[in-house]
Amino acid sequence: MEERDLVCICCPLGCSLKAKIEENGEVHISGNTCKRGEDYGKKETTAPTRIVTTTVRIKGGVLPALSVKTQDGIPKNKVFECIQALQDVEVEAPVHIGDIIFADIAGTGIPVIATKEVEKCME
Amino acid sequence: MYDVIIIGAGVTGSAIARELSKWQLRIAVLEKASDVCEGTSKANSGIVHGGFDAKPGSLKAKFNVLGNKMMEKLSQDLEFPFKRNGSLVLTFDEEGKDRLEELKKQGEENGVEGLCILNREQLKQLEPHISDEAKAALCAPTGGIVCPFHLTMALAENAAENGVEFFLNTKVENLVKTENGYKIETDKGSYETKTVVNAAGVYADVIHNMVSGKKMKIVARKGEYCLMDKEAGNYVSHTIFQLPGVYGKGVLVTPTVHGNLLAGPTAEDIEDKEGIDTTAQGMETLLAKGGKSVENLPTRQIITSFAGLRAHMADFGGEEDDDFVIGEAEDAPGFFDAAGIESPGLSSAPAIGEYVAEWIAARLSAKEKPDFKEKRKGMPNMAEADEEERKRLIAEDPAFANVICRCELVTEGEILAAIRRTLGATTLDGIKRRTRAGMGRCQAGFCSPKTVEILAEELGKDIGEITKTGGESRLLTGMNKA
Amino acid sequence: MTADIVIIGGGPAGLAAAVSAKEAGVDHILILERDKELGGILNQCIHNGFGLHTFHEELTGPEYAARFISKVKELQIPYMLETIVISIGNDKTVTAMNKEKGLFTIKAKAVILAMGCRERARGALNIPGYRPAGIYSAGTAQRYVNMEGRMPGKEVVILGSGDIGLIMARRMTLEGAKVKLVAEIMPYSGGLKRNIVQCLEDYDIPLKLNHTVTGIKGKERVESVTVAKVDENRKPIPGTEEEITCDTLLLSCGLIPENELSKEAGVLLNPVTSGPFVNESLETSEAGIFACGNVLHVHDLVDYVSGEAQTAGEKAAAYVKGLLPASKEETTAVSAESGVRYTVPSKLDITRMDEEQMIRFRVDNIYRNAYIAVYLNEKCIKKIKRPMLAPGEMEQVKLRKADMEQCDGLVKITIKIEQEV
Repeated sequence: MEERDLVCICCPLGCSLKAKIEENGEVHISGNTCKRGEDYGKKETTAPTRIVTTTVRIKGGVLPALSVKTQDGIPKNKVFECIQALQDVEVEAPVHIGDIIFADIAGTGIPVIATKEVEKCME
Repeated sequence: MYDVIIIGAGVTGSAIARELSKWQLRIAVLEKASDVCEGTSKANSGIVHGGFDAKPGSLKAKFNVLGNKMMEKLSQDLEFPFKRNGSLVLTFDEEGKDRLEELKKQGEENGVEGLCILNREQLKQLEPHISDEAKAALCAPTGGIVCPFHLTMALAENAAENGVEFFLNTKVENLVKTENGYKIETDKGSYETKTVVNAAGVYADVIHNMVSGKKMKIVARKGEYCLMDKEAGNYVSHTIFQLPGVYGKGVLVTPTVHGNLLAGPTAEDIEDKEGIDTTAQGMETLLAKGGKSVENLPTRQIITSFAGLRAHMADFGGEEDDDFVIGEAEDAPGFFDAAGIESPGLSSAPAIGEYVAEWIAARLSAKEKPDFKEKRKGMPNMAEADEEERKRLIAEDPAFANVICRCELVTEGEILAAIRRTLGATTLDGIKRRTRAGMGRCQAGFCSPKTVEILAEELGKDIGEITKTGGESRLLTGMNKA
Repeated sequence: MTADIVIIGGGPAGLAAAVSAKEAGVDHILILERDKELGGILNQCIHNGFGLHTFHEELTGPEYAARFISKVKELQIPYMLETIVISIGNDKTVTAMNKEKGLFTIKAKAVILAMGCRERARGALNIPGYRPAGIYSAGTAQRYVNMEGRMPGKEVVILGSGDIGLIMARRMTLEGAKVKLVAEIMPYSGGLKRNIVQCLEDYDIPLKLNHTVTGIKGKERVESVTVAKVDENRKPIPGTEEEITCDTLLLSCGLIPENELSKEAGVLLNPVTSGPFVNESLETSEAGIFACGNVLHVHDLVDYVSGEAQTAGEKAAAYVKGLLPASKEETTAVSAESGVRYTVPSKLDITRMDEEQMIRFRVDNIYRNAYIAVYLNEKCIKKIKRPMLAPGEMEQVKLRKADMEQCDGLVKITIKIEQEV
């Protein structure tokens, strides 16, 4: 059996959670004050994910950077891989919110999408 | 072969350059920093002293009083901000009143006009926020405030417009006596010249000792300051000094010519000639001392603090210690010192410039330049312009309607002008000192990215190459994900 | 030029106020924005977590802004970009300038202040040391990284654990910088728990509470900073100094509402918030000048900004249409006491208030298992139990007009924190 300490992020209370992971993979959460804490603890212990927000280069807009995000949470341990995969990506204006910038990031099956409207600059 | 090379583009070097440019001479200024006004001249009280506190007969007394008298016309000719707001010296005890009288007598001996003693009531009436502890004050109506950056830049620009060559980013490494004068070796090559002027500020001893056997020692005397928001700018209208003595050397409280409130300086001799860091101790001292002059010094309004180094003449064989050293070195003909220029150096600069220039011109039997341009156009200033002037500037160039620094109301037009003019800005601090962009309450938080962009475009550089003050002071370290 | 309502600032507050004023039936509205695009600071807040209250989904800053921007465009509300307001007269004449129109004035019937806030700079923090390149407010660094695609540094120390500082710790780490430490002078972080976990703990970035920066070294570029522990009076404890090599110091030490224009217009400011005193209609001491968003008081969530701005927009619209009677002299004070730092609004005119009135406030310390108590004169009418209250989080309570009307001789409403006995 493995034990892990977590801090709940669901509300400002910030409960200290203890997660007990049984041999069979079952997870028990203690220290939480509400159901949300339990759900968070289980997810964070078994399959933590993060939405990654970053930028890629853009040509033809007012500014040289375009903000993007993973459409959904990706596994936490894939975050850096995601950033690296976007290193050489450069798009061209115009771009709309929701446009797919990278179809399948870090083998997660999740796309990276634009989070900003960038019109083509006349200059 | 130059006729004169001036080492140092601070206020002294620039004043000398400007005065020399009235003569038909080939002149250059060598400056190690990336801009003029980067040493002592950029971090001081910005005071044009009356001239009462230097010992009668000293060079400090002589040049201060002369310089003070010249400042008015100079500020009109060269269009830099200067205001005669008057100075007050406070005493907090009865015995001090006698010392105020002595100071007054000394000032009169120095040729300072209009000195008078104010009693407590007169003082309180003149300055309502003055400390209740103040018993009396010496009033020097000729005392004034000036923008030290603009004074220095005005002198330098006018010199350049009259043919003086400025070599920035050029550090003097050695001086060698030659048959006809001197060879100045720098990190950018050598320069031959008939005469040399040493206006190297805290490094004037290093330069002097390269050619003279009569050794000089200049100590960097650090002074720390706090600058308060323009909201506090009207807290006092005069420059408020204290009698030197019980409370140590004078911490003053003064409005600046741009309308901020300034408190400082402390005084501490240090080894490092580049040691312009502020200290917790220094801040504490200066606020405590400044707090004695006025009731409730508005310290919550502090927007920045800084430190400058005075070039204090610590040792020059006795006689001239503590005074300016101005003149030809005994054992180095053609080598002129303008050294130990600490307070009242800013006030004295125009007079020192005139004196040194005339001496050198006589030595070189120079002729006056018939087409000397006496006037220099000041920097455009939207914040201080009236509506008509604002409209005129905008009509000239709509960039004057595009505000970059909102705290100080500085526009793209002013920033472009600061870059494009003679001896224009090449760094973020250069822009700041010329236009005040970034000098306000947010301290460049909002405007620096925009200013950097304009600088890069105008200078044909990538924004990654733009520096704060030249050298390795790059603002950005690379691209994302690099 | 004339306008019914001039809105100063096209960030989240200005946009929401414009939309609600328009929807309340005022057509002649003008938004003045100083930047190149609408959206304000949200444009550089590319992280997610915005909009959970307003849109019930998690958006990034630019996405949240875009929702309002498209609404403004759809409603055809006029706006001017790269336009700076120079002054507001107390007759509500707004003087502004831009490249296209030069210097111009707009005679407005009502003005909504929505200028936002600025970051506290190094000078105001009195950090001793050198003044080299490499010292940035967190927001300036955020602009460089997220909008210019440039890194302001490689090895970073962050002073202050406000949300922007935490967000930037993660952001710079992702972009290849090493964030060595976040130092916080207070015994608690001013940031959201979620940001502590996801921005610092995820990346093993240490957070030192009760620590501050006591020195900066480096003559051209930052070379190191000195960090020391502080005592209960927030004074550095000698002997606890530690020098940390870095090329960058980011400051995330609080936000200050930008009220220079308001002051010139004669608007009275609350020294606690640095924002205007407002009544139930979010109207300042100058009739017809309203305020909302971070210029009024610093918010933690943009959703609250939008909500507040919506009210300001509605009230300004009512004022323009003559539906908001002049406020009486003897309005009821809302008093912030024991544990409550301030309230917005700070006074109420019951005759003008809606059926329900939101009172927003912040507490001065961390409280566990405490109550938010509401008193009408001396009588407690409401006690809300809260497991946790923290200075970093804005709190709110709703007052009902009916309760006010039932109270005879109501002169004072008090909001305070009460501990469990």
